[in-house]
This record gives sequence, C-alpha cells and structure tokens, in this order.
Amino acid sequence: MELLSTNILIFAGLALVMIVAAFAAVTTSRMMRAVTYLLFVLFGTAGVYFMLHYTFLGAVQIIVYAGGIVVLFIFAALLIGKGTIDVTHTSKRRYFAGLLTSVSAMMITLYLIVTSGFSTDKFTVDGVPMKVVGTALMGTDKHNYVLTFEVMSILLLACMVGAIMIARKK
Amino acid sequence: MIVPAEFYLILATILFFIGVFGFFTRRNLISLLVSTELMLNAVDINFAVFNAYSHPEQLEGFFFTMFGIGIAAAETAVAIAIIINVFRNVKSIHIKNLRNLKH
Repeated sequence: MELLSTNILIFAGLALVMIVAAFAAVTTSRMMRAVTYLLFVLFGTAGVYFMLHYTFLGAVQIIVYAGGIVVLFIFAALLIGKGTIDVTHTSKRRYFAGLLTSVSAMMITLYLIVTSGFSTDKFTVDGVPMKVVGTALMGTDKHNYVLTFEVMSILLLACMVGAIMIARKK
Repeated sequence: MIVPAEFYLILATILFFIGVFGFFTRRNLISLLVSTELMLNAVDINFAVFNAYSHPEQLEGFFFTMFGIGIAAAETAVAIAIIINVFRNVKSIHIKNLRNLKH
C-alpha cells in the first residue's frame, strides 16, 4: 500500500486550493475578489463530492452554489458598488481576538478528530445511481424523503415571495 | 488507496474555522454572508463524508447535504434582498452604521 496514491495527490491539490481560496476570501479587501475566491471554494467542494463518488451532489453543488448563489453575490456587489470597495477591518485588538478564538477552537476540533479513531473501511466506490436518488426523493416508505422535498419547495416559494417583498421599491 | 475520512474532516474543520474567523473580523454585510457560506459549505462536506464512510448503504447524509444546499440558496436570496434594502435606506452596508436596532 503506497502512501502517495493518485487519490491522495488529487485530494491534496484540492484541499490546498480550497484552503488558500477560503483564507483569501475572508482577508481580501475588495468585495468582488472575495466572491471570486468563494467561487473557487465552492468548485473545490464539488470536487470533494466527486471524489466521494457522489456525482449528483457535485452537479447540484455546481449548479445551485456556483451557478446561482455566486451570481446573487455578484449582483449584490455590483448593485451596492462603491460601498463595497473598501472593506475595513476591525481594530487590531479585535482582529487578534478573533484570530485567537478561531485558531484555538480549530486546534481543539482537529485534536478530537485525529484522536477519535474514525473507521474508514466501509467506503465503497460504487457511488449512488440516479434511480436510487429519484425513488428516495419521491418515495413515501422508510428512508424516503417526499415530505422534506415538499417542505423544501414551500420554503423556496416563501423565500421567493419574501425576497421580492423585501427588495421591492415602495 | 482511498483517502482516509480524517483528511476530509480536517479539511472541513479548517474551512469552517476560516469562516468563523471571517465572521469575527469582517465588518461588511456581504463579507459576513460570504463567511457564512464558507461555514455552511464545510458542514455540507461533513454530512457527505460521514455518509460515505460510515453508512454507505443508506443516504441520510447525501440528502441532508442536498437539502442543506437548497436552504443555503433560500437563505442567501433573502439575505441579499435585506442587504440591498438596508443599502437603499442607510446608504451603507458597513455594520458600524447599522445601530438603529441596537438601542
């Protein structure tokens, strides 16, 4: 069992791109750049789903997140325009307090993950066939999700009406 | 050789806490929303990884991720509508100017 297989190399590249882009997204001072870096993170997440052989999930991620949400962000950044150019940070003290809090919480979580001994031997490379996804989404048996699906559709309708109501000019 | 599950979990943890860091330090409503998206994304990765590595015969995590993506879309649409409305009324989205609800 060689240590550096192709999967691990691909994963390492993906993880590097995602972490660098995520860090750039929360530190850059220009709004459009932050949104573009977020787009790289979202594409990387789709790559992670493809690596888990959840191809449908990867496609949904690209269509909804990278295609829909990022367009919304870009619209907002362009509509607001001048107000978004200069993202001023907080005072140095609060900046380092935030850095310290998130880094220490991250260290605790990473320690718990590394020492948990999570079993990985059940992973199969079969993926999920499209027919299984369709029947599970529309079925009414156990482990089927038709109620959640309908609740989601009502939520999206309500959110559409709400967004129009909020953003409409008086 | 397959990638161990811990690697994915470590990646998701790092992304989540970058989002937390951004949420603490950014002072612009759209930047705060970008940080929230980073955190949501990390959680979605965790759902998918736990499903694939511990119960691949069931699809709970798969569908939780899918519904999570849908809810994130709804949340972002409403949040951006609110931000645009705030900008129209206050002429700024910097949070130091948004103190009317505070008192």
